[in-house]
Amino acid sequence: MNRNKATKRLVQNITIWIISLIAITPILLIVINAFKTAPEASSMNFSLPHLFQFENFSTVIEKGKLVRSFVNSVSYSGLSSLLCILVSATAAFALARNKIKFNRFLYFFIIMGIALPLNYFTLIDVMKWTQLMNTKTGIIVLYSVTQIPFSIFILYGFIGGVPRELDEAGIIDGCGPKRLFFSVIFPVLRPAAVTVFILSFLNTWNEFLLPLYYLNSADKWPMTLAVYNFFGQFQQSWNLVSADIILTILPVVIVYLLGQRFIISGMTSGSVKG
Amino acid sequence: MTRKIYPFYFIAIALGIYIIFTVVPSLMGIYLSFTDWNSYSREIHFIGLDNFKTIFSSNENYMHGINNTVIFTISTIILKTMIGLLLAILVNKGIRLKNFHRVILFLPAIIPMLVVGIIFKSIFNPEYGLINETLRAIGLDQWTQHWLTDVNWAFKSIIAVDVWKGAGYIMVILLAGIQAISHSYYEAADIDGAGAWKKFRFITVPLLMPALMVTTVLNLLYGLKIFDTVYVLTNGGPGYATDVVYTQVFGQFTLGSYGVGTALITVLFLIMSILGYFAIKLMSREEQNG
Repeated sequence: MNRNKATKRLVQNITIWIISLIAITPILLIVINAFKTAPEASSMNFSLPHLFQFENFSTVIEKGKLVRSFVNSVSYSGLSSLLCILVSATAAFALARNKIKFNRFLYFFIIMGIALPLNYFTLIDVMKWTQLMNTKTGIIVLYSVTQIPFSIFILYGFIGGVPRELDEAGIIDGCGPKRLFFSVIFPVLRPAAVTVFILSFLNTWNEFLLPLYYLNSADKWPMTLAVYNFFGQFQQSWNLVSADIILTILPVVIVYLLGQRFIISGMTSGSVKG
Repeated sequence: MTRKIYPFYFIAIALGIYIIFTVVPSLMGIYLSFTDWNSYSREIHFIGLDNFKTIFSSNENYMHGINNTVIFTISTIILKTMIGLLLAILVNKGIRLKNFHRVILFLPAIIPMLVVGIIFKSIFNPEYGLINETLRAIGLDQWTQHWLTDVNWAFKSIIAVDVWKGAGYIMVILLAGIQAISHSYYEAADIDGAGAWKKFRFITVPLLMPALMVTTVLNLLYGLKIFDTVYVLTNGGPGYATDVVYTQVFGQFTLGSYGVGTALITVLFLIMSILGYFAIKLMSREEQNG
């Protein structure tokens, strides 16, 4: 009986190691090849580099114009996530607290956006009317819009668990709606807000279609598009492509490792992909 | 009173930009899908159902794209659910370094798809790619394939990459579901002498049903909108073999024939509205219970 259990444990451990290896292999492959010379990396495999080529990274930063695209990406993802949190949290608060029929409808109407596809064709016209075509502001606004339905969904659920007595106490102390929200409610919402921020940051960091179609010049491109463009130019130098990839995914990996707890709680409470 | 504390302008900004940038384009799209709208002429003519006839006619390739999208959706639902469930059970208990494995297994989900595409283009390369090299090294030369350019393998390779990237996500949701199941059920089953399989079949699966419904809905909504995986790996090729609805939409976008493209999105919009309605009803209910 005991022996049986030990074998079972062993099989389980081996299985999970095999699957974890499959999950991590492509990433390790990139890491190893980023330190090789171009001829060494011409066949992408797991042989170790003779000499670690750290200058690959500086070459890539210069040739791939990574600083510029990094700044772009940070501002697109950072600002759009902030804008998204701000408008979603206030909206979710008002919708969750004042559940009149019309507001219930509005809530449902907005979170339907989780499922519905964007119409990229007619959106061009809308972007032109609003003077946002080919502008960085345009991308920031569009990114916020794509994340709003999901954010409201999560925040709405969270606000349901925040006691109404807080609102009443705030009102007795003479708060107006703005003060009530920003100095009483928002601090309580922080865990959910962090989750929403991280998820929308990761989603927008990884998105590339909106900039591809609504930005006309390469100097406004985010990192994902820059790396794809770099790949097109330097297909033969896998060492450089690998170094570029590492620098592109490093920010999201760091955000993921630091914010893991929030990401997982957000996904399981909402269980929705943004 | 409530009206004053929870003013409408709190909702107005989110609602406003949501309507302007998603609802308005969708409604315009429904109207324009009945026209010959394109990028070469300013005039737009009403042409009735012609675009939809084009989409559903057997002479064109669109049905093939719709077909592929459905195949993709069904196979990723099945594979991701099975693998995700297996992983969730494995990392739940009984193994060492649980948290380490959870972190690793979820990692592919956060890597940008464009980057994943580049990495797998290298891995799938027929001459020097990791898969074929490994197969040759262990003497299985006859198994080597042109993974992304062979008509028989390209779509399967795309599905494999998508499952690689997405299974960890499903694992996380199912793991939360498994952890929510009370231990007393398993203890009672132990007393009744139930084996591991019986416990899985008669306790885990039924009690995990809500979570499984949620993951199925998520995979469904994701699969029908699939674009990036195909775009980065084959962009619909070889020929049209791996075209899905969204790569065709973008093909039309580049060609400038907006009418057909927007009609395709409209078809998708109608399907997703119906599915999305039920999906959201379902998820809001889970929310209340859970």
